[in-house]
Parts: sequence; C-alpha cells; structure tokens
Amino acid sequence: MAIRDWPYPLEWEKEETIDTDILVLGGGVAGCMAAIAAAKSGQRVLLVEKGATKMSGAGGSGCDHWESAATNPCSKVTPEELTHAMLNDNDGFNNGISHYIECREGYDRLLDIEKMGGKIRDTDDEFRGAAFRDEKTRLLFAYDYVNRYTLRVWGTTFKPAMYKELKRLGVRIIDRVMITSLLTLSGKQENRVIGATGINTRTGRFYIFRTRVSIMCMSRPSRIWLFSASLPGLCEFRPPQCVGDGHAMGWRAGAEFTMMEKSVGAEFSASGRSYPPYAAGNNHNTWYGASIIDSKGREIPYADRDGNILTGISDRFMPSPGQTFFLKGGSVDNPKYEYRGPETLPYPDMIAKGYKLPFYADLSGLPESERRVIWGMMVGEEGKTKIPVYQNYTKSGFDPEKHVIQCYGTGWTSAEFLPDERQLFGLPGGFLNDWNLSTNLEGLFTAGDSLYSSNCYGHAAATGHYAGRHAAEYAEGIKISEPRKNQVNNEKERVYGPIHNRPSDSIGWKELNMGISKIMKNYCGEIKHDELLKIGLKQLTDYEDSIVSETYAYNPHELVRLLEVFDILSVSRIILYACLSRKSSSKPLCFIKYNSPEISDTGSLITIRQTGNEIITRELHTDFYGDLKKNYEKYNKEYINEKNSIG
Amino acid sequence: MKSITKNISMKRTVSDKDHFNIPEMPAANPIVIDSTKCTGCNRCVNICQVDLLLPNIIKGAPPVVMYPGECWYCGCCVVECPVEGAIKLRHPLMNRVFWIAKEELK
Repeated sequence: MAIRDWPYPLEWEKEETIDTDILVLGGGVAGCMAAIAAAKSGQRVLLVEKGATKMSGAGGSGCDHWESAATNPCSKVTPEELTHAMLNDNDGFNNGISHYIECREGYDRLLDIEKMGGKIRDTDDEFRGAAFRDEKTRLLFAYDYVNRYTLRVWGTTFKPAMYKELKRLGVRIIDRVMITSLLTLSGKQENRVIGATGINTRTGRFYIFRTRVSIMCMSRPSRIWLFSASLPGLCEFRPPQCVGDGHAMGWRAGAEFTMMEKSVGAEFSASGRSYPPYAAGNNHNTWYGASIIDSKGREIPYADRDGNILTGISDRFMPSPGQTFFLKGGSVDNPKYEYRGPETLPYPDMIAKGYKLPFYADLSGLPESERRVIWGMMVGEEGKTKIPVYQNYTKSGFDPEKHVIQCYGTGWTSAEFLPDERQLFGLPGGFLNDWNLSTNLEGLFTAGDSLYSSNCYGHAAATGHYAGRHAAEYAEGIKISEPRKNQVNNEKERVYGPIHNRPSDSIGWKELNMGISKIMKNYCGEIKHDELLKIGLKQLTDYEDSIVSETYAYNPHELVRLLEVFDILSVSRIILYACLSRKSSSKPLCFIKYNSPEISDTGSLITIRQTGNEIITRELHTDFYGDLKKNYEKYNKEYINEKNSIG
Repeated sequence: MKSITKNISMKRTVSDKDHFNIPEMPAANPIVIDSTKCTGCNRCVNICQVDLLLPNIIKGAPPVVMYPGECWYCGCCVVECPVEGAIKLRHPLMNRVFWIAKEELK
C-alpha cells in the first residue's frame, strides 16, 4: 500500500470552545436517549460522539430483542418481581436502581422509539398466528412465551430513528470527536464537572466544551486482557473504539466506581478465536429455541430445570411446572434453580452417551414461524447480523429448511479460552450512581454501559432517558463556568504529546495495548494473588510514567487509537486497585483471591475512587438503594404524573 | 506549548525518506469495493463508527480501506451504500462458519 496524503485538513492544536446547557458524552443508545429526554426541557443540548451517531455504539447496527419490558400490556411479571429476580440471581451484586428503571420504563422507551419511526411490533403481520405473537398489540415475544416480558424487535431501525429525532429536536450533534477529559471547577479533582475536552478524530482539532451539566454515556472498558495487533477490531464483543474512555476520565476526575474487580473468563472474540456472534450454531440469545443435533442427525433433547425431557417444541418456551417465570437473555449466565429456563442437556453428557461431534444448530424441524423469526428476523435485526450473516449466508446458498450450522463451543460461545483471558462482560463494574443517576461528582450524571452492572439495549435506552431528565432538571439552576487555563493546557500537552516523537524510535498504540494486556493476563488472571497484583500495578505505573511519553502516532486517527490505549491503561490500574481492595473470593463477582481462601466474603460492594494519588475505598451494602418502588416514585413524581395525565 | 504547532505536518512525517513503500497484505480484507460501481460518495466512510475508511483524495474515486484490521464487521457501510453491490463485507477466512445439508449427516 502506497503511503498517501492525509485526506482531511490537519488542525493540531487549533482550539474551539463551545457552550451548551447539557452536554451528552457519547452517542450510543444511552447517549441518544439522554439527549432526546434532555432536549424536551427546552435547554440547549450538545451530543459529542467519537464515531457517527446515526449507527454508532454497541447497539448502532441493530438489536433483536428488548429485555425486561415488564410494563408492556402483555407482561405477566411486575417490574418489582423482575428486578428482584435479577438482583437475587446475582446475590445482590447488580445495579438495583438502573435495572428497576429498565424494568419500569423500558416499555415507555420502546413506545418513544416507535413514535420516532422504529419498528417495535409486527405491523406487516408477518407472524400472524405465531405462538410468540399477541394478536391484539402485534407485539412479538422471546424466550418465556407465558410471561411475555422480553420483546422481539426490529432494532436495525432504532438508531437511525433516534438520529432523526435528535435532529428534529434541535440537538446539536458533533460526530468524530473523542472526549478526552472532564473539566472541573477551579481545575480541581472531585469538584463539580463544568465541561469536557475533546479531539477531532480526523483533523486533530481540540475542543473545549463548557456546560451546566454533563451526562456520561460512554462504553464499558474492553481490550484489557484481549488484544491482537493484526485484528484489533475483533478483540471484543463491543466495537473496538468502545474501550471505556469514560471510566478512565471519570477516574482521573475523582469519580467513584464499584465492582471493578469483577471480570469473567473470556466468552467472545479474542481476535477471531471465536466465531462472529450469532454466526455459528448455538441455541442461546438470538438463536434460542433452535434444535441442536449431532453429526448423525440425532437431536440433543431440551430439558426443564428438573431434568425432565421436553418433547414438544413449544415446551422450550414455557416455565417449568411450579415456576412463575424464567430468566433468559444477554447477561443471564447459568441462573439459579429458581429462575432457570429450559436448556439442551449438557454437551459433555451427550458425548459420553455416544452422541458424535460436531454438533449443529438445526432450524429445519421448527414450526415455520419459529424458523423464520430466528433466521430472517432475529438473525437480521441483531447487530452485526444483517449483512455479514443473514445476507451473506443467504447469497452463498444457506437455506434454514435444509442446512445446519456447526457449533464450535458450548452455550453461546464458539471457542474455548484460557482461564487468564478475561473480559468485562455480564454485568461488569462501572460508575456508582444514586437515584438521580448522578455520580459522586456534582454535575456528572451517568447512563448505559458507564453504569456498574449494565447490560443491554433496553437498559441503555431506559437509563439514558432517565439520566437525561434528571440532568436537565439539575441544569436549570446552574451557571456555565470558565475552566482553569492550566487544566486545559495540561490536557492539551497530554493529548498532543505523542506527535512530537519520532516514529523510528517510538512505541505505537498496538504495542502499548499488547504490553498492557499481557501484564493483565500475567498478574491479574483468573486467580488473584496480592503479590502478583502489586507487581502488575508497578509495571503499569512504569508504563504510565515512562512509556506513555515514548509513544507516537502518525495522524489524528492513530492518535485517537493511542489515547484510547492510555485510557485502557488507566482502567487496568483501577481494576488492579479494586482487586487488591477485595480481600476474599466472591462467587457472584467471579473473583478468586488466592491468599485468603479461608476468609468469607463480606457480601458488600467495594467502591473505589482516587483523590490526589491516594486510593479511597469503602464498603457499601448491595441494597444501598432502599425500597425500589418507593424510592423510584419519590424521585420521579413529575414523570409519573405526566404519564398518568396522558393515560 | 509553542513548539507543538511548529513543524507538525502530516506530509513531512509520512514521506520520511527512511521509509520504503513496500506493500504488505493485511491479516484480513473485510471490505471489498467494486470500483466499477462505486461512485465515491463516501457514505460508507462517514457511517463507519471505527473510521477505518478514508475518502479518496481524487474526487469521485472509491474510498481507501486504510485500517482493515480495525473492522468490527457490523456491515453499516453496506447498509448505507446507495449502489447495490458496490461494497461487500466478508468475514475473514478463519471466521467463516461450516454449514452442511442436513440430509448429508449420517
């Protein structure tokens, strides 16, 4: 490849200051919904996004099911029952506030999205008469057909519809700008957040955003343990530019986090070790309900939670005898007996019984509507499936009535990983929030994957809207403040530092990311030893002190990739501090501490923040949020009244 | 801060004489553009959240897949393309899944 001239104007160092009333940081699902809710207050809203808001973020390319819509007219589960199940299933290590918001308001957001032009029901009557369809509302359900709280949706229409709505409401959108830091009053850590800085990913221009309030809507961290320099785009489940910048800048500003010691054994990607999600044979999530057969064509039976073999296909979608409802979805791994739904019998048992590998997913024997809703709707509407899976497989001759697709692993994974290869997946750590979805920093609200124990699309949309409402209310009485010059200048120096070095003797973003992820695998793997964690921390601190200054980037694109890796470095250090802070093993946090197997865990959350160079931790009861319904209603009187008045 | 603005120009850094312009095949070629169909509208460039394509410096010519390794394989570039078949997304070889006619299983 010939070296080409950079096609965009270069604006290194050029400064632009923009004022707004409400600043939304990140234009994924949560950010868009936050901006839409905030704009309804009549104040100026500015949304800044690193990619392209129209289809950016983990949910930008689609979504096939919307979990926990407990207030939809067909649901037989209440928001309280569902939230308590999610909390109980994780021994309390889950975000009671944010998931209650998801359960209570998720369906309201679906109706909003429908008004914006998104498709949430079977208006074309493609599935008339199907067991998963409500004929009156035309809503389609997934998993538990009796309790009907998870909806099948046409999620590829959602993000473009939100984008249109943002424009209609007059929200100012700035795409292709990476937010690099939070600005605080008087430039002091832990003070009120008064704005943010950013850099244009194409031109290198520097931005200073001044605002009354900010809403953090960025991603969860990634690429901490998993990295490949040749295929960095395939390292993790979420998009490669979603690396947890928000966590890193929040940490630097003094924000309080919790559950950062939690990581799970890798489930996905690792640069192509696994197959693309939803592209290989399985019967989970998007593919739930598919039959699994062995290489002789014999079916692996489904069984209920008591091990009773289910003979009818419709039984796959029913709770067990005596069970009220079951949990299934993106962040439900191995649920407790109380909530366990139907599953195929364990593969190792089947192999021992003489079933022959490989196994395949087989849609051919399903009722026509079940086959078509998996292949064509779920595979098609789920992110990353429309083009590379549904369209490409169909073009190359795949016919779900005739063909079967190979399974490469158990559950919904399609590869085996080493124990020290970890991921922040399945309700990971993040910003600690209160009932306003405010962080401990005044003027900084948070939503979506920034929150601790976040999960999926519905959670992002519901918390985004909620944070947008509460931030807008807060902003009313606040004046815009002038950021301290030295805070801005220090940030500029940090951001542009790498472009002064020479490529021939510097370190690039990929080398730095590889270095970090190897340290994390070596010193913060499956089993945590305090001595190893301390060595890991020392090595990462050395990176921070001496390697960061030796890096180089050729152009604004590479510089942004490098700044992301600086953020990965910060997040890795938070994780090490958090792992040192928890003294004993905790099953719900997938946390194994080697040096103290005899100590039983306190069962509390540990929160962690930074003040100067000091790390401050405290214990917090997992149910610190109090009575869910009462508190929700106390903090959302206006919203409830407005809803009631509309009917 | 003054020194930062001085002498920073992309042209200088990328045309350093100590670099050879010897091409190398990437680990994957996720995006294939048919130059006979592409109109160079750059919609794919502007929808890609990873920003791995660059607009061609020749107006109307197909964009350049500058950072193929960073592709997330979401397919939004194909969705946004106004010309059928001008842009294709393909999983790398090692990510292509095996499927077979059920009647062949014995």
